[in-house]
Amino acid sequence: MDGKKIGTETVKRGMAQMQKGGVIMDVVNAGQAKIAEAAGAVAVMALERVPSDIRAAGGVARMADPAIIEEVMRAVSIPVMAKARIGHSMEARILEALGVDYIDESEVLTPADEEFHIHKKEFTVPFVCGCRDLGEGLRRIGEGAAMLRTKGEPGTGNIVEAVRHMRRVNAQIGAVCAKGEDELMSFAKDLGAPHELVLEVKRQGRLPVVNFAAGGVATPADAALMMALGADGIFVGSGIFKSDNPEKFARAIVNATAHYLDYAELAALSKGLGAPMKGLEISGLTREQRMQERGW
Amino acid sequence: MVIMGAGRIGVLSLQGAVSEHIEAARRTGCSGFAVKNRKDLEAADALVIPGGESTAIARLIRKQGLEEEIRSFARARPLLGTCAGLILCAKELVACPDPAPLGVMDIKVERNGFGRQKDSFETDLEVEGIGTVRAVFIRAPFIHAAGPRVRVLARFEGKIVMAEQGKTLVTAFHPELTDDGRIFSYFAGKIQAAGPRRLHSD
Repeated sequence: MDGKKIGTETVKRGMAQMQKGGVIMDVVNAGQAKIAEAAGAVAVMALERVPSDIRAAGGVARMADPAIIEEVMRAVSIPVMAKARIGHSMEARILEALGVDYIDESEVLTPADEEFHIHKKEFTVPFVCGCRDLGEGLRRIGEGAAMLRTKGEPGTGNIVEAVRHMRRVNAQIGAVCAKGEDELMSFAKDLGAPHELVLEVKRQGRLPVVNFAAGGVATPADAALMMALGADGIFVGSGIFKSDNPEKFARAIVNATAHYLDYAELAALSKGLGAPMKGLEISGLTREQRMQERGW
Repeated sequence: MVIMGAGRIGVLSLQGAVSEHIEAARRTGCSGFAVKNRKDLEAADALVIPGGESTAIARLIRKQGLEEEIRSFARARPLLGTCAGLILCAKELVACPDPAPLGVMDIKVERNGFGRQKDSFETDLEVEGIGTVRAVFIRAPFIHAAGPRVRVLARFEGKIVMAEQGKTLVTAFHPELTDDGRIFSYFAGKIQAAGPRRLHSD
């Protein structure tokens, strides 16, 4: 008999597999967390500010006050995630000690280390990380990420970058699968990805972990689009609580994610929601304002 | 022994680890497909309610108007509930009004009974009639109390983590996350025993 083991790769990745087909919503207090849970969110991300407010406030964005995270954990029975700065292993240790269910090592916060990401394998708590392409995603998995998401461009309400990143990841998976194994060391070098993980993608025909869409989802149609492009599920940051009617938007985005191929249903649930969050044009952002450039 | 084409296993496909259950069903020699609505359900010889978030799945079941459909399906046909699926099969939940379970099995269930994700674990587990399996528990529930018609198949740390009542089988852990097909084969045995659906009009 092999006894009880916590924090194994299967347990960490499995947690993300249970979230598939679902919506993870950013919340800043217990009230919002309850709205998200009642709407059918599969998890909430506890934050001090949603990304669009972080963008507006400027300055250094850090891990949320643990009091907010604990308030959210007490308020709901669904999993609670929280964000740590890229490379900030101590923020991550604090979040782990609080007992959060997942840590997002996130470009939405100001990076703490411009060279190294957190060595995630050392933690019991699982991590999700952002990626813009397959190489970036596989590097994060190599460090121990148990779940990926596209970076998109957070806090913009503009889906274009999430689409770009999801298409790029999928095209590169297709390229890996189409190549012979003899070509994959060279391709791994081009991708900047660990060779072993490239071979794993070829074996499985897909990423070895779940990949959600994030960074710009503002409407039910956006969520359905990302599901149709192959996302395993959806993160919504500012899109719910910066819309005119958070309850309606939350429910509609959950339903659109579950029924993304039922176009009549999508039409019905998109009706009369009120105004979505106000969006930002990506070309209006300077390189320094583009959160997706954070991390490597 | 399960023969090829032994049954069509529908996996409730509203949220959760759907593809994992479909693949696990196929490994037993059954066919597996996604069930999103009443019409899909009508084509199934058996149903799986997969692991996922029970609150989210319950809400989507209600929205699709599938509650009564699933209850009446479970009276006639085999049903497997894993983790969130076990929660939804319950008659009652401990200290938790939400989600309202479907009540297809005489069990009282405690959600997140083993703790949060940091407490999630895998372990070897002795299952009655099957032997030792590797069991993956993720924010898992357990069965707090079971009625007289419920047969307990496994306990961990004294808590009931697998049980059956007639054609309904539930596990608090995730057999779909390992390559060991014995639990799905056991379920496929229930499908064989129930016979093909066309011979048993509901």
